[in-house]
Amino acid sequence: MAKTLFDKVWDSHVVRSIEGGPDVFFIDRHFIHEVTSPVAFLGLESRGNSVLYPEKTFATADHNTPTINQHLPVEDKLSANQLDALERNAAKHGISHWGLGDKNNGIVHVVGPENGITLPGATIVCGDSHTSTHGAFGAIAFGIGTSEVEMVLSTQCIMQPKPKKMRININGKLGLGVTPKDVALFIISKQTTSGATGYFVEYAGQVFRDMSMEGRMTVCNLSIEMGARGGMIAPDEKTFEYIKGRALTPKGKDWDKAMEYWNTLFTDEDATFDIEFNYDASEIEPMITYGTNPGMGMGVTKSIPNAAQVEGGVETYKKSLGYMHFNEGESMIGKKIDYVFLGSCTNGRIEDFRAFCSIIEGRKKAPHVIAWLVPGSHKVVEQIKAEGLDTIIADAGFELREPGCSACLAMNDDKVPAGKLAVSTSNRNFEGRQGPGSRTLLASPLMAAASAVEGVVTDPRVLMVG
Amino acid sequence: MAYDKFVTLKSTAYPLPIENVDTDQIIPARFLKATEREGFGDNLFRDWRYNADGTPKSDFPLNKEIYSGSKILVGGRNFGSGSSREHAAWAVYDFGLRCVISSAFADIFKNNCLNIGVLPVQVSAAFADTLFDAIFADPKTEILVDLPSQTVTLLSTGASEKFEINSYKKENMLNGFDDIDYLKNIENEITTFAQTRPF
Repeated sequence: MAKTLFDKVWDSHVVRSIEGGPDVFFIDRHFIHEVTSPVAFLGLESRGNSVLYPEKTFATADHNTPTINQHLPVEDKLSANQLDALERNAAKHGISHWGLGDKNNGIVHVVGPENGITLPGATIVCGDSHTSTHGAFGAIAFGIGTSEVEMVLSTQCIMQPKPKKMRININGKLGLGVTPKDVALFIISKQTTSGATGYFVEYAGQVFRDMSMEGRMTVCNLSIEMGARGGMIAPDEKTFEYIKGRALTPKGKDWDKAMEYWNTLFTDEDATFDIEFNYDASEIEPMITYGTNPGMGMGVTKSIPNAAQVEGGVETYKKSLGYMHFNEGESMIGKKIDYVFLGSCTNGRIEDFRAFCSIIEGRKKAPHVIAWLVPGSHKVVEQIKAEGLDTIIADAGFELREPGCSACLAMNDDKVPAGKLAVSTSNRNFEGRQGPGSRTLLASPLMAAASAVEGVVTDPRVLMVG
Repeated sequence: MAYDKFVTLKSTAYPLPIENVDTDQIIPARFLKATEREGFGDNLFRDWRYNADGTPKSDFPLNKEIYSGSKILVGGRNFGSGSSREHAAWAVYDFGLRCVISSAFADIFKNNCLNIGVLPVQVSAAFADTLFDAIFADPKTEILVDLPSQTVTLLSTGASEKFEINSYKKENMLNGFDDIDYLKNIENEITTFAQTRPF
């Protein structure tokens, strides 16, 4: 029977199906971090269980970590306590741990692929919703809650009903200044934040085939923002090229054996989906959000829609614009901004820094803008330096910080103050997401750079031509 | 962890007719620094519930005396979107709620609720409106959630609707079992399966 990519990976991980219930679903790779794992270890120990396969779990510190002076003890006592708990639990249960200061440390969804932990056809979970990132490699990857973290630690399985299947096809060529982030924000603006609830998405078509692995990670990362359980893209030569030779990928004969399997990972021609959507690349322009969820986005040259034009509750829509201090019909271009954040598991990779630098090179940061440039990992920092991007950053008046989740969820000190407006390359613009009362505009690294230079929301294409 | 059994629940309800309530509102990230699961109820809907100086906002439903002690929250469509943080479900539970009713839930939040003993009840948009109208007309109106018959009933009028829950999760809720109990019982099957995985 014809199968989709998703079917192939899912079906090969079902230990047993429960009638009228979920599947017992086997997990190949489990990432843990300091925020959602401590209670799982408490539960594990209180039941007297042990970690069934410690070698399949990988720990890194990221959500809480400071982005300056990481060589010093963490000042925030509660953060330090969580980081200690992660280190202690990992050591006690024989789990590899990349703590603060480790050369492999960084954001969980950045260091996984970098180190070859993320592989095609694997099932990957983590107590973090942006685990969907790893779907870029043709893996089934999704976020789980802490009870499920305990479940995976103690049994390497979770109980999961099989989601429905959606395919999103985008063909054609992307225009000037249109990045993978814009593709994702475009899709979410069409689907809304709940349009893909209950579905697992496959992204297909020329746009995704042409996209780099890092771009694919950005798109899959944001799948959760339309309610999808996850997103995935069929692995191809680009995928295999990316993972080959990384620290933890199969080597020698194991690689050849894995390649045999990986080459079967595509959607059969006559396989069917529960629902499909088709868009054309030419419809997409650089995107920006104006509201308080990632679905409230538009092409940067457009105006904020009227409440009557959007689906859902008018009251909720007006509350959202009220929070942002925006009005229906307004343009975003030219609005004065206070902060810029480049980073997060969405846009903290080397390509994002290259894109940012392509705009700021030879220009200067607007004096009133505070900019946080936070790489996703130490390896990204190394690449930035190796490519000389650090010089471009410094010459333009910016400062490079140390890796971590940072202002994306503002659990550390990098908080946007109440009322201030930030252009952010992160994944969420919820009320207070980047600090209580903060106002977030989601955009690509190109738009973040253009806005940081001009001091106002700026269409990056203006700085790219001529 | 094992939790209290859920069979039937009769209670008044807090109304929160806002769409796309995300988990950052249910429990903001700055409160996720604990290493234990208790004590999140005080910060449930922190920034919607309190002013910056810490005083409660009198117009927020959870602060209204008239609804005090309710064990049900009726929320708007797409409730619990965003982060996978189970702390959001813990905050709901810790505040004293045992059931959330909405016309649509985000997947991970729904799973998290089921895993800790909070019943997510998905109803039609029309029935959700019926519930909101009834609560606003009479804050003391009671709702009966009956898990064995999978029905939710507005007691003042008898208006009722059936809701879906898979039979496995239903058994777990009725008995206070959880998935780990089940999975540990089939560990041999799991370890045999694990040997077939290529990596």
